Order: sequence, then structure tokens, then C-alpha cells
Amino acid sequence: MSEKTDINAEMNRLLARATRDRSDIEDLVVVPVFAVIVALILGAATMLATGVDLATIGKSFVALFVGSVGSLNAISETLTAAIPLVLAGLGLALGFRAGLFNIGAEGQLLLGGVAAVVFGFSFPDLPFVVLMPLCLLAGALTGAFYASIAGALKAATGAHEVISTIMLNLISYRLLDYLLRSPWIQKEGRSDPISKSVPDNAQLPRLLDWIEPNLRLHAGIFVMLIAVFVVYWILFRSKIGFAFRASGENPDAARYAGMHSGLIIVAAMASAGALAGLAGAAQVLGVLDRASPGFSAGIGFDAIAVALLGRSHPLGVLFAGVLFGGLEAGGRQMQVDAGVSIDIIGIIQALIIVFIAAPLLVRAIFPWGFRRTGDNHGGKGK
Amino acid sequence: MDVELRGITKRFGPVVANDGVNLTIRGGEVLGLLGENGAGKSTMMNILSGLYRPDEGEILVNGKAVVFEGPGDGISAGIGMVHQHFMLVPVFTVAENVVLGVEPTGRLDYLDLKTAREQVREINDEYGLEVDPDALIENLPVGIQQRVEILKVLFRSADVLILDEPTAVLTPQEVDEFFEIVKSLRDAGKAIVFITHKLHEILEISDRISVLRGGRITGEGDPKTVTTEELAEMMVGRPVSFEVDKTPSQPGESMLEVRDLVVLRDNDEIAVDHLSLNVRSGEVVGIAGVQGNGQSALVEAITGLTRPVHGEILFQGADITRSSVRARHRMGMAHIPEDRHKSGMISNFTVAENMVLNSYYAPAFSNGPQIDWRRVNQTAAKFCVDFDVRTPSVFLRAGNLSGGNQQKMVVARELERETRLVIAAQPTRGLDVGSIEYIHERLIASRDEGDGVLIVSSELDEIMGLSDRILVMFEGRIVAEFDASKGPVDRNAVGLAMAGAAA
Repeated sequence: MSEKTDINAEMNRLLARATRDRSDIEDLVVVPVFAVIVALILGAATMLATGVDLATIGKSFVALFVGSVGSLNAISETLTAAIPLVLAGLGLALGFRAGLFNIGAEGQLLLGGVAAVVFGFSFPDLPFVVLMPLCLLAGALTGAFYASIAGALKAATGAHEVISTIMLNLISYRLLDYLLRSPWIQKEGRSDPISKSVPDNAQLPRLLDWIEPNLRLHAGIFVMLIAVFVVYWILFRSKIGFAFRASGENPDAARYAGMHSGLIIVAAMASAGALAGLAGAAQVLGVLDRASPGFSAGIGFDAIAVALLGRSHPLGVLFAGVLFGGLEAGGRQMQVDAGVSIDIIGIIQALIIVFIAAPLLVRAIFPWGFRRTGDNHGGKGK
Repeated sequence: MDVELRGITKRFGPVVANDGVNLTIRGGEVLGLLGENGAGKSTMMNILSGLYRPDEGEILVNGKAVVFEGPGDGISAGIGMVHQHFMLVPVFTVAENVVLGVEPTGRLDYLDLKTAREQVREINDEYGLEVDPDALIENLPVGIQQRVEILKVLFRSADVLILDEPTAVLTPQEVDEFFEIVKSLRDAGKAIVFITHKLHEILEISDRISVLRGGRITGEGDPKTVTTEELAEMMVGRPVSFEVDKTPSQPGESMLEVRDLVVLRDNDEIAVDHLSLNVRSGEVVGIAGVQGNGQSALVEAITGLTRPVHGEILFQGADITRSSVRARHRMGMAHIPEDRHKSGMISNFTVAENMVLNSYYAPAFSNGPQIDWRRVNQTAAKFCVDFDVRTPSVFLRAGNLSGGNQQKMVVARELERETRLVIAAQPTRGLDVGSIEYIHERLIASRDEGDGVLIVSSELDEIMGLSDRILVMFEGRIVAEFDASKGPVDRNAVGLAMAGAAA
């Protein structure tokens, strides 16, 4: 009897959730926060070094702040910019977790966007509740298909996904240009490569235009939030996600445990592509109304940064995506108010990633933000 | 040369790795240093070689206090370390490897290999190492490669040699030759520190023994008087039984039958060469052999990780040659992999996640496409209790467990279910005595429940202790078979077969 209670007590002890290790918090929160701070400071230093006077630098940071969160319009712009970044970032994060470094979000996003547009204007008579979701689905499926080409190549031949997705990106640019000139896609009466518009009943409706007509925030934000939840569920609650994470952490152990590596690679790439395709679809259905050459504007690459900054965790990606959306929106304001080129925002974003990729550097710069190394035995990872 | 450690304390945050250690190393003497994994042996040796600086205490060389600032200082003070894992360039010759980093150079950085060869040959002759300075490392057997490591240390004029688990990679015969070399080094006045967890070896070679446990010196012994039991107790802190307690085997029906199996390595070399064997219910079959004789490939083929190119594998009479890993697992095949870090576990996953690594998909742990984490965690906690996996919580990263607990976790995962056949590859490699004892008991328990048990190990003691039948594998084939159920097997005969003498 007493032995029985002993065992129960022991089991309860084992099941008690440990408070998170200090090093986890350092890895997940402290490093990214410091990375952003250092990047902003170095951004200022870059401006200083290129002859911008201190007053203008101050003004530009105020503009960055005001333009990102300083007004309802600013917040709307920030969130609008965040939607495709988060969606594509979630896809990349999922791939990273499975050990796949997918560089192809840009191409998946472009083709997903085109597919959504084409589906939209091909069935303009369907009601909104049917057409809009189908357009999103068309985008997601196209992205999934395009990404799974790289997955299948890796599974079948071992071709490295970094190389094949970069090549697929290049193909997608030209494929887009080609498609945009084909008569059934090109807008009537135009000679430049631009697609027909998406019918109104396929568009993601604007959410705040009843307050002010120029607020661009659209229903894609719900798609984004649902995606955050779904990706979280896939990664941490589902069987397939367990297999994704296992193969990402240790492919040998995954194989030993009977997981089918080829299947996992294709499935993970397809899921990543679906999210990137969804990002493209949300962008054309919510903001752009049509596809034009390079309409993705590098979102697929910025999303890599978002996924890295978010530590490949769905919630992290959400925060990182909103941050990058804010930088985007604030950067435009900066250009208007202080006359500083928006390119400085690109520099700041890149610097953030440099510091994220080099946590030891961040630790060296801010030793007081961390406990002494040697005290911790490595974090839980992600 | 004499070296003395006085009151050495080294802390890593809250962990005290060495706690007031006193140790004397004398020229012309072999000091045996015994301790379990995590007892603080490596920390102490890293302090001695200059890699770590102690928090307290001092190092005296020939009575004078010295301070080592970096890893180079140990060797310049004459203290050299031979690591367990060799650090040699395979495509270089012996002489080139020996002089690497301290090459004799002439004008304009001209590499004077002739002098190098001569110097290497001199050291060679002095200590009877019998290594050809012009041989390529990749063509040399492991035992000789080890001598090259020793040559490297001697070439840097070390007077104190620290040998870290030097016999782990050697056959019994090679161990004997190795001991001869150690003795000749000792007789030449070198001080030797011999680190190991193998008790009979330490008794054979040492002049003095120090036992380390929990960062402290817990005992010293004179090898002439001390017994293995006493040493083990000092090392573990409680009496340890060495004899694996087991009743005679009751072999039943055939569980595993391997017929004429051929398995290739990645480079298309033959790893397993027309091998046949069978394992019956209720018996332990041990495969002895020096590492690299095809054991890994054999285990991979049996467990489904590689496809054999020829032959068949039958499990309870059914052909499973082409079955998937998962299918074999579901049939009741348990596989304890040879390298838990490489394939047996995922360090960044929690203990609970690792416990269901190969059964997460089963209805017991899932709900449609979703994993039922509540049940997983509870099961994991039960496994931990049952198999004495010491962890503060099932949510701890598996990588934070000690080696012994990691292995117990892997063993728990594999054995805590209805098994019919247990394939255990190097089940206790690198573990402490306590964990070894425990895992051995569990394997015998599986046998007594009627499982077939196949053990592959390069530790001959382990094979001898557990097996009812011993097969010796050499160059991909079974070259000898010994029946251990009818009295003890001649250790020497097994050792000779391992070296290929019977082939």
C-alpha cells in the first residue's frame, strides 16, 4: 500500500511542469529583443556615418515610431504588412522545424498569388462565401505543389533544398512574367504584363473602412491568426508535427524510430509552400487586387528573417511578423517625414538577423542581460 | 617528474566537479584513476593539461607551484594527454602525424621530414612501440593508431602521460601488448595516469589506485591487496554485484533466423558476408567482436534500417527481410541502438517525447491525428519510475540527463512493452557500474519472460557475463561459436577468435 503511494508521489513529481529554464527565456526573448535594439542603434550609426545630422536621425526614429503604431492608420498599415510576412514566415518556420531550409517562399508566394487571381476572375459569378475561400485554397494548393517539387527532389535524389528552391524562385519570376502576358490572364487592352483584377466577391473584405475609407486592414488577419493556431497545433500537438520535429532535430533518430523521411520531407515542404501560397493569395486578394511582375516585393525573403527572429515558433513568428510589418510601415513614414531612404529599414532588418544568427555576439555586447555562461547547460532549444 | 595536485576545486556554476582533490603523480609509477562517468575524472585531467583553471588549489610540478594559462601550458610543462578519441589525420603518415604542429623546419619553412622520421624512429625504438614511421594512418589498425597518439605525446617530451580509457578500442590481445608498452614507459621513468572504469585492468597495470566519486577522492588502494569488490564499492558508493544473476536458459522456439545474409556498406564494401545465425526464445545470444567487423551493419539489417543485398531474415518464422522499421517494431522487436546520441534519442526533445519516439503514432498515445500528451506524459513518468531513470521531471530536455539515465531512458522505451525479440547493440557503452548492472538485469528479465535477446558488444566482459551462447564476428562472418550454458567459456579462446585467429 505505502509502496503504491510512493510510486504515485514519484509520478506526480515527474509530471510537475518545471518552471522554464532561465536559459530558455534568454534564448527566446532576451536575444531577439537585444538583437532588435542593437540593429536600431547600428541603423542610426549608419545614418550618422553617411552624413545625416543628429536632428534628422532623431526625427526619423520618431517617424518610424509614429508610422508604425502612432495612429489608427499606422497600426492598420503595420498589420496589413504583417499578414503575408506572418503567413509565409509560419511556413518557413514549419520547414525549419523539420530541418528544411526553404528559401523558396518567394516563388511559392508568387505562384500562389497568381493562382488566387486566376481562380478569382475565372469564376466571377460564384458567391463571396464560396469564391473567396476557394481563391485562398487555390493559392495554398499551388504554393504547396510548387514547394513539394523541391521536397520530392530532395526525397528522391538528395538534391539540397536550398539550391532547388532558389532555382525554383528564378523559374517562378520568369513564369510569372510569361503568364502575365498570356491573353487569358493579361488585363484587356494592356500591353504591359499585368493580370486582370480580382472580382469584388473574391476579395478579402476591408475591416476598418467604415471608420475611414483608406484603412487597408483586411480579413486576411483572421486567416493569419488561424494559421498561427493551426501551425502551433501541427507542430506541437499532431503526430505529423512530432515526426517533422524529430526529423528536423535528428534525422538518424527519426529513421531509427520508423519515421519515413521521404514522406516527411515532401509533407513538410508542401505545408510550408501552402502557407507561402496563402500569403501570396492574401496579398493579392486583400491589398493588390491583381498580380504584376514582382508583386511579392521580397516578402518571401523577409519572411525568412521573420521565421528566424521568431525562433521558428508560431507565436514568435507572429510577433516578429508584426515587428517587421511595423518597420515596413514606419519606414515609409520615415521616408516622408525625415527624407531618409526606406533602404535603411532593409539594413536594420538584415542587422537583426545577423545578431539573431550570432547569439554569442549579443551575449558579448550585453553581458548583464544573461546569467554567466557555464551556469546554464544549454536551453531547451526552441 | 612528480606532479602534485593540492586541494583542487573546480565549479561549474552550482555543480562542483572537483572538490578539494589531492593527487600525487610520481615518475616511474602507474597511477590508476578509477571513477564512474561524471565522477570528475575528465575535469581533473583537463585541469592538469591546462584546459581548465581550478577555482581553488594548486598544481605543483617537482615541488614548484605552476599556473597553467591555457591548453598549451600542460604539454610544455611535460604533461601530455592521450585522448580516448584519436586525433590523427588519416591520409598522413605516422611521422607526419607525430610532428604535426611542432614540425622540424629548415630555412624558408622547409619541412624537414627526414629529421622527423629519424626522431620518431628513435622514440619508437626506445619504448618498443614498433610503429613504422612511414605507414599511412588509414592503413593501421586501431591499436597501432593508439601508439601513434602515444608517440605524439612522447615526441613533445612529455614526462607525465595521461591515458584516458585507452583500452576501450582494443581486443584482449591488443590490451596485453598495450600493457607491455605502458610498463616500458614506466620503467623509463615516465609517470603514467591510467584512467578507466574497468576494474581488472586497473588492478593489473597500476602501482597505485585512486578512486574518484562525486568530485572527491573516495579511496586509495594498493593493487596488491585491494579486491575488485572493494574498488567497485568505493567507485559506486555501495556494494555491487558483478555476476549477472541468471538461471540456466530455457531456449524455446526460434525467434530470429538470419540466413546467408549479405549487407554492404555505403561504399559498397561487404560488411556482412554470408552470415547465418538464429536466436531462440528464452536465450541470450552475444555477438563478440572488435568494433568495425560488420556488427553495426548486421544490426541495421535485422532492424530494417538497411536492406540486405542477399539472404533473408525470419522473425518467428515470418519473412521480414523487406519489412519496414515500424512494422518490425510493431511485431515486438525492440532495438537498443549502439549510439544513443546518434540515433537512439533526440537531445532537444523532452524525456516524455523521447519515451514515445517510436510509438507516438499508436492508438495508446494518440487521438486521431493528434497526440494525447496527457497520456504520453503519464506513461513516460511510469517508465521513468519503472526503469529508475533519474530526472527531475519528464519535461526535462533529454540532453540534460546523465549518460546512464539517457541509456536507461532508451532501454525503458524499448523494453516497456510487449516485446518478443530484443536487439541490444552496445547496451552499456560508456555507462557507470550502477547503470550497467541495472541494464543487464533488465535484459536477463526480458530473456526470462521468453524473449529472444541478441546482444552485440565490443566489451568482452559484457558478452561473457550475459550470453547463453557466444558468437564471434570477424570481418563480416561468424568465425566461432561457444556454448556458455554448460560452464564457463575460455576467455582467451574468444579473444583469439575476435582477433581472427580461428578464421
